[in-house]
Amino acid sequence: MTGRNALDLHVPAPRARPGDTPDFSGWSFPEPGDTPRPDVDTPAAELRDFAYGLIRVLDMEGAALGRWAPRLDADTLRRGLKTMLLTRAFDERMHRAQRQGKTSFYMQCQGEEAISIAQAMALAPDDMCFPSYRQQGILIARGYPLVDMMHQIYSNRLDPMKGRQLPVMYSSKKDGFFTISGNLATQVPQAVGWAMASAYSGDGRIASTWLGEGSTAEGDFHAAMTFAGVYRAPVIVNVVNNQWAISSFQGIAGGENTTFAARGVGYGVPALRVDGNDFLAVYAVMQWAAERARSNLGPTLIEHFTYRAGPHSTSDDPARYRPADEARAWPLGDPIERLKAHLIRVGEWSEDQHRAAQEEAIDTVRAAGRDAEKVGVLGVEGAHEIGSMFEDVYKEMPWHLQRQRDEAGA
Amino acid sequence: MTSMTMIQALNSALDVMMSRDPKVLTFGEDVGYFGGVFRVTEHLQQKYGAKRCFDAPINECGIAATAIGMAVYGLRPVIEIQFADYMYPAYDQIVSEAARIRYRSAGDYTVPMTVRMPYGGGIFGGQTHSQSPEALFTHVAGLKTVIPATPYDAKGLLIAAIEDDDPVIFLEPKRVYNGPFDGRRDKPVQPWSKHPASEVPEGYYSIPLGKAQVVREGGDLTMLAYGTMVHVALAAAEDSGIDAEVIDLRTLAPVDIEAIVKSVSKTGRCVIVHEATRTSGYGAELAALVQEHCFYQLEAPIARVTGYDTPYPHALEWEYFPTPPRIIKAMRRVMES
Repeated sequence: MTGRNALDLHVPAPRARPGDTPDFSGWSFPEPGDTPRPDVDTPAAELRDFAYGLIRVLDMEGAALGRWAPRLDADTLRRGLKTMLLTRAFDERMHRAQRQGKTSFYMQCQGEEAISIAQAMALAPDDMCFPSYRQQGILIARGYPLVDMMHQIYSNRLDPMKGRQLPVMYSSKKDGFFTISGNLATQVPQAVGWAMASAYSGDGRIASTWLGEGSTAEGDFHAAMTFAGVYRAPVIVNVVNNQWAISSFQGIAGGENTTFAARGVGYGVPALRVDGNDFLAVYAVMQWAAERARSNLGPTLIEHFTYRAGPHSTSDDPARYRPADEARAWPLGDPIERLKAHLIRVGEWSEDQHRAAQEEAIDTVRAAGRDAEKVGVLGVEGAHEIGSMFEDVYKEMPWHLQRQRDEAGA
Repeated sequence: MTSMTMIQALNSALDVMMSRDPKVLTFGEDVGYFGGVFRVTEHLQQKYGAKRCFDAPINECGIAATAIGMAVYGLRPVIEIQFADYMYPAYDQIVSEAARIRYRSAGDYTVPMTVRMPYGGGIFGGQTHSQSPEALFTHVAGLKTVIPATPYDAKGLLIAAIEDDDPVIFLEPKRVYNGPFDGRRDKPVQPWSKHPASEVPEGYYSIPLGKAQVVREGGDLTMLAYGTMVHVALAAAEDSGIDAEVIDLRTLAPVDIEAIVKSVSKTGRCVIVHEATRTSGYGAELAALVQEHCFYQLEAPIARVTGYDTPYPHALEWEYFPTPPRIIKAMRRVMES
């Protein structure tokens, strides 16, 4: 055949692999403070540019700039910073606990603390969260006891999930925190349904949900965006673009072609792209989206542009697929360092206070850890009655499960 | 009492529950203004408004998932999957999510949702409008699976399903929507109005899940069936001259083991009939249960009459699904051994 080109299959690959120098060259971002803040009732069609930009408030020296600056009082900012420190200390201890054989599995959110924590703080306490597995910051921000999280991670006698779930798959209805699934993106259309139910019931509560950029490729995300757009559900869909889905860089999910926020454009859902390591910008964007949902104006998609500084989980070794120092080279810094710099800059924080807060966080986690380990770590015999395995499959135990429970010797 | 088709009875169940409980709402493809491709939700939008009965995008995953979210919120959604054959995109949401949310959250969250799906063949629907996927649900811990065979049961069981606090898969045998098709090729299907089980109370009543019903008493052998096959099994019993006891299981999970054991212990022989493919079909579970519970009462091997292990063949559907002659052959075999 003449006149036909030989076709070539494109398989995306990241710029840098182990041994290479991290390469973020050519990435350009709008300057902090440069992005205008539209009114919440602006039609989606007029907001398209926001899907391709990047909302930033903090510059790298800690100054808060522009109309997106949320003007939070110093106490709120200090609370945000301390919650991030506490979350990081918690992660460090529990990651180590897994290495020490105290549990089977753990997942840190290192580098992504601002996202869950600023967002939880921007929501009302009774707004409903449908998180993925890396938003432990929501629970911590809402005051859920660290020791109960640890009981869950250790699957011990006091585990609120009765030892049934993989570590970090928390659930707390009273804290508006949906039971975490290990399946990806399933929670996103569920959050849309919850929000539809809230609107149907004439409730004032809204829903928020989180997924990684990698799992936007799941059909569930398309389902969620379709339903959210069609029924104008009061829901906020957060795509946490931390660049890595286990070992697959964001290009494997389509990130080479456009932004993840741009997914919203096709559904007619306003989409904002925000610097996920900028506590103030994340807070402000969440406030905007929440106000929009509460005003019956429907859903918002937020892409949080960030970097997964740790491994995917304790079962993962990122040294095998990305440069070891890529996190340090991330051009948008670390969320804790950046909020700290801001608070110091405005005279509301100091290096000494920071050190003290870090120590306090470590002490708090250590104390909770001691209490949890006293109750037991994974594998302690007799932590759960065998019979408990058969409970909660149904509201009432049917005959066949009663029989199997007897067979199991319970 | 009014004579109703199964469609009217299902419609009446939804109507009764929507009028009793504002937490009940229904949605699915073409379910709203049009009233569903099989008319099960007819007039509900006009009566209860578009917020309680509405059309959904063509996305079964989204339909199931949003219903889960609604149920978690505290509503009692009833969703329609237009054909059970379209269920597969929703399967992950049903199996990994709806079925397990109570368990994985240790009872913190529950999913009181009902998933209605017309299933089964005999309507020249081809491969994608004829399947019987019940075993894909009965295999899943945390789900209840219900299949009615008559208008009376359809209404009472659907009301019980909606009131149930666990997710219920409600499979509707669409071949008997308008009349008790019995698989006799030479006889036209009678309308429901000539069948006693079409007499349906207009108001509220429910039939407990997990309870089978003996629809024909007999002493020679036990036939276990559900859905359309109940009527085919009854026709086979009638045509065979064998005094068969026919049990309509009504709920497949959790199954009414007492009713099965009682009957098979009495007759000593068992024929299982279903439309679905045979291998790993629900009949295999029934055969195992009968063997476990009634081995010493059995006089003959258990027989299964089922769809063949092929995709559903459009032109050959009469050869594919069990008909009275095929069932009679199995009954004779069981009687002779």
